[in-house]
Amino acid sequence: MTIDLPTAPALSLVPKADAPQTAKDFKSDQEVRWCPGCGDYAILAAVQSFLPELGVRRENIVFVSGIGCSSRFPYYMNTYGMHSIHGRAPAIATGLSTSRPDLSVWVVTGDGDALSIGGNHFLHALRRNVNIKILLFNNRIYGLTKGQYSPTSEAGKITKSTPMGSIDYPFNPISVALGAEASFVARTIDSDRKHLVGVLRAAAAHEGTALVEIYQNCNIFNDGAWDPLKDAGIREDNLIRLEHGQPIRFGRDGQKGVARRDDGMLMVVDDVSECGGECLWVHDAHAAEPSTAFALSRLADFTTLEHTAIGVFRDVARPVYDQLLAQQLDRAAAAGPGDLAGLLRGRDTWTIG
Amino acid sequence: MAKPVVALEKVIIRFAGDSGDGMQLTGDRFTHETASFGNDLSTLPDFPAEIRAPAGTLPGVSAFQLHFADHAIATPGDAADVLVAMNPAALRSNLHHVRRGGTLIVNKDEFTKRALEKVGYAADPLDDGSLESYNLNAVNLTTLTVEALKGFDITKKEAERAKNMFALGLLSWLYDRGTEGTKAFLRAKFGRKPEILAANIAAFEAGWAYGETTEDFAVQYEIAPAPLPEGTYRNITGNIALSYGLIAASQLSGLPLFLGSYPITPASDILHELSRHKQFGVRTLQLEDEIAGIGAALGAAYGGSLAVTTTSGPGIALKAETIGLAVATELPLVVVDVQRGGPSTGLPTKTEQADLLQAMYGRNGESPVPIVAPQSPSDCFHAAIEASRIALTYRTPVFLLSDGYLANGSEPWRIPEVAELPDLHVDFATEPNHVDEDGQPVFWPFKRDPETLARPWAIPGTPGLEHRIGGIEKADGSGAISYDPDNHDFMVRTRQAKVDRIADSIPPLAVDDPDGRARVLVLGWGSTHGPIAAACHIVRSEGGAVAQAHLRHLNPFPANTGEVLRGYERVLIPEMNLGQLWMLIRAKYLVDAVGYHQVRGLPFKATELADQIRELL
Ligand code: SF4
Repeated sequence: MTIDLPTAPALSLVPKADAPQTAKDFKSDQEVRWCPGCGDYAILAAVQSFLPELGVRRENIVFVSGIGCSSRFPYYMNTYGMHSIHGRAPAIATGLSTSRPDLSVWVVTGDGDALSIGGNHFLHALRRNVNIKILLFNNRIYGLTKGQYSPTSEAGKITKSTPMGSIDYPFNPISVALGAEASFVARTIDSDRKHLVGVLRAAAAHEGTALVEIYQNCNIFNDGAWDPLKDAGIREDNLIRLEHGQPIRFGRDGQKGVARRDDGMLMVVDDVSECGGECLWVHDAHAAEPSTAFALSRLADFTTLEHTAIGVFRDVARPVYDQLLAQQLDRAAAAGPGDLAGLLRGRDTWTIG
Repeated sequence: MAKPVVALEKVIIRFAGDSGDGMQLTGDRFTHETASFGNDLSTLPDFPAEIRAPAGTLPGVSAFQLHFADHAIATPGDAADVLVAMNPAALRSNLHHVRRGGTLIVNKDEFTKRALEKVGYAADPLDDGSLESYNLNAVNLTTLTVEALKGFDITKKEAERAKNMFALGLLSWLYDRGTEGTKAFLRAKFGRKPEILAANIAAFEAGWAYGETTEDFAVQYEIAPAPLPEGTYRNITGNIALSYGLIAASQLSGLPLFLGSYPITPASDILHELSRHKQFGVRTLQLEDEIAGIGAALGAAYGGSLAVTTTSGPGIALKAETIGLAVATELPLVVVDVQRGGPSTGLPTKTEQADLLQAMYGRNGESPVPIVAPQSPSDCFHAAIEASRIALTYRTPVFLLSDGYLANGSEPWRIPEVAELPDLHVDFATEPNHVDEDGQPVFWPFKRDPETLARPWAIPGTPGLEHRIGGIEKADGSGAISYDPDNHDFMVRTRQAKVDRIADSIPPLAVDDPDGRARVLVLGWGSTHGPIAAACHIVRSEGGAVAQAHLRHLNPFPANTGEVLRGYERVLIPEMNLGQLWMLIRAKYLVDAVGYHQVRGLPFKATELADQIRELL
């Protein structure tokens, strides 16, 4: 994943920084108030350490968030930012991004914020392909309201609002995003800094809406939710790392893999040596059709987390809403700028006196 | 042979027909000719919410009323002098709008047994004597049109469809209107279908010729131009005027206009109109819902646009939380509510002014929002500029409360010179405005202008002023998150004080009391200005003394409002709601005002209001 970021088209209209920046430049003077041990700290640090790479001016970066633990994020970034209302950050970011192409606009949201109360805006931002980057911190629980199940909580989960177990069926955010015509869809994990930064880098370079789902640990209300993907010794058998152009292999010694069956469906192969590696599916993040990416998102068992894929599922070029709008404005202005007096006069007037 | 010409001071014509009969278009064309002739005028479209209810039924009737005169008029008129009814349903549902002795022009072809039964006529009203007190003209409009179009290469259906042009031609002759404008309009509309164009023009001319030759119409009428103030005029509806006001405000402030919206009757025409003017740098986004509409607008406001969202009452309910965020973040935002009948879906195509208290109080917490209300269709232009001025100057969301009558009604408008319009220039913050404990210059997003109490507007992209805003209470000055009780109390009071201070920048409430001896004041707001003015005119012409005052600013009220109210023995507040301004006025000024309320989805009739005034004299 090496991308020459300063020329990444997504940032082509954002002014470049005069001097190199460091992570420290992106830390605000506000005291960070997440619970000690919360996965949000790792994500914040990763973002702060990564942003200098973009080489764009700090004042041209904006973080917009909704409501929830993760949505406090903008306060800790020494950039412009807005902590808005529950679920609405994608809509606010849409207005900001489309009216200010010189800004790099990031949305920080959570599983409840993006997929429950803000589901509609989330879907339509992805469909519209506005030039915003959405970081969805998924901890499978409501943290700020102290521990109710969320739209990504596993069925049967016992929480404050589901003492007999949740009877809600969960969303798979990657599947939802792919179904909503997203042009960039990726998943990563809070504790894997290298992978997280790699995904952020790809998202930043993408023109249009990028969705990055980040598995985040809420150590207070849902501790260990992602442990099967984190604990050495288990994770190797659960985690499937997607790399564009590479055959999909995983497992302790890479002995497992993903192959395409005769009927076109994907399947997990427990011993790739049986087919000499020939049968493995080569991941193509740029595939025009999202169906294979969707199939990859469905490999996981949502309860045990077995066969959970991470990395960039989909990264395709599609016309960007902001640019289309700008082009229409340019086209209208080509015939000459607006003439207010002419507009008011119209075509059908009469004179008195 | 020319027929005798009778001079009239004013006429009210009502066109009514099936939704598919093109009555809105017919009324609109007649209005344009009347406007360019120089009469003062006022219109009221009255159409059903259904796009096409079944043909020939009562719910499918669409009407358009036009009042025009040789003097200044304020309303679309109470009772029509002339009703054009294209079918039995139109006659049945509109006859009560016609004054006794008025003229009925009815399309006789449509009065078949089946059509009559469909709308509950047991006998044909055209010959059962029930219309004796009217001047009835039963004309075979369809047959005459089809005959006139015999030589054209069009279907019978297409020929029949041109009957509205025949009717328009007949009316144009009757009131001596021009024909060139309508022909030019038809050429633009049907330019690509030459046969249809020729047929429509032929039908229009046939209607005119029919009036000239038939013995049914013995006289022609003449309404002299009205002596309006000097200037160049055009006819304009409220929604178009409001759209132009927003574009003007954008030009006057030098800020790009951004509209985040979602279609809703009767506000959608503003979205349509603004989306046509991208050459002014106008960005219009049709979002996924009302909440996203205002959300996108607020995002654009943060980025330095003149941001607007447009909707009607139900949409305001959905936007309430974001309006609260705009109050908390103190960003400029114009919220246009084109009010319609409520609650819930209510009467989407009918007018009402029952969202005043929603605008005033419909949010959680102490959340004051200024309110501006236009008083006539063309006034929507100036009201939109005024709402923008307040939003930009005071960094606050502002309600612009139009309504269905203003939105679709039209009147002649003296086109202002651009140089007459106010300067709305805005200065963004570019430098730190405070020094911290260490003596370092810093930017404090909530350090206010001492005069307006507005906070600085620092837009992203400004180096050194990076800051975070949001819905959580902020510390006075620094804008850091603050849960401090005294700070919250202070911030709540300061946001209120900022809105109250707007009163310093608005003109005092003016009173119209021609001879200065009135003891009764009629106080109104919004679109009732015309009917109230007309009612006062009636009462004064009888020798009664009555004063009129009209509120353009409903939050805050003009500084002299209490003084004005206390200057009268009786105060009457007519409203198209159950007494919303009435309640605000009584609560704030302890004045024993009397209310008069109607929620029929229609503007007040001047005669009804005159009755109410007489009772208080
Ligand atoms: S409640 Fe959970 S998600 Fe929220 S800050 Fe604490 S640990 Fe993090």
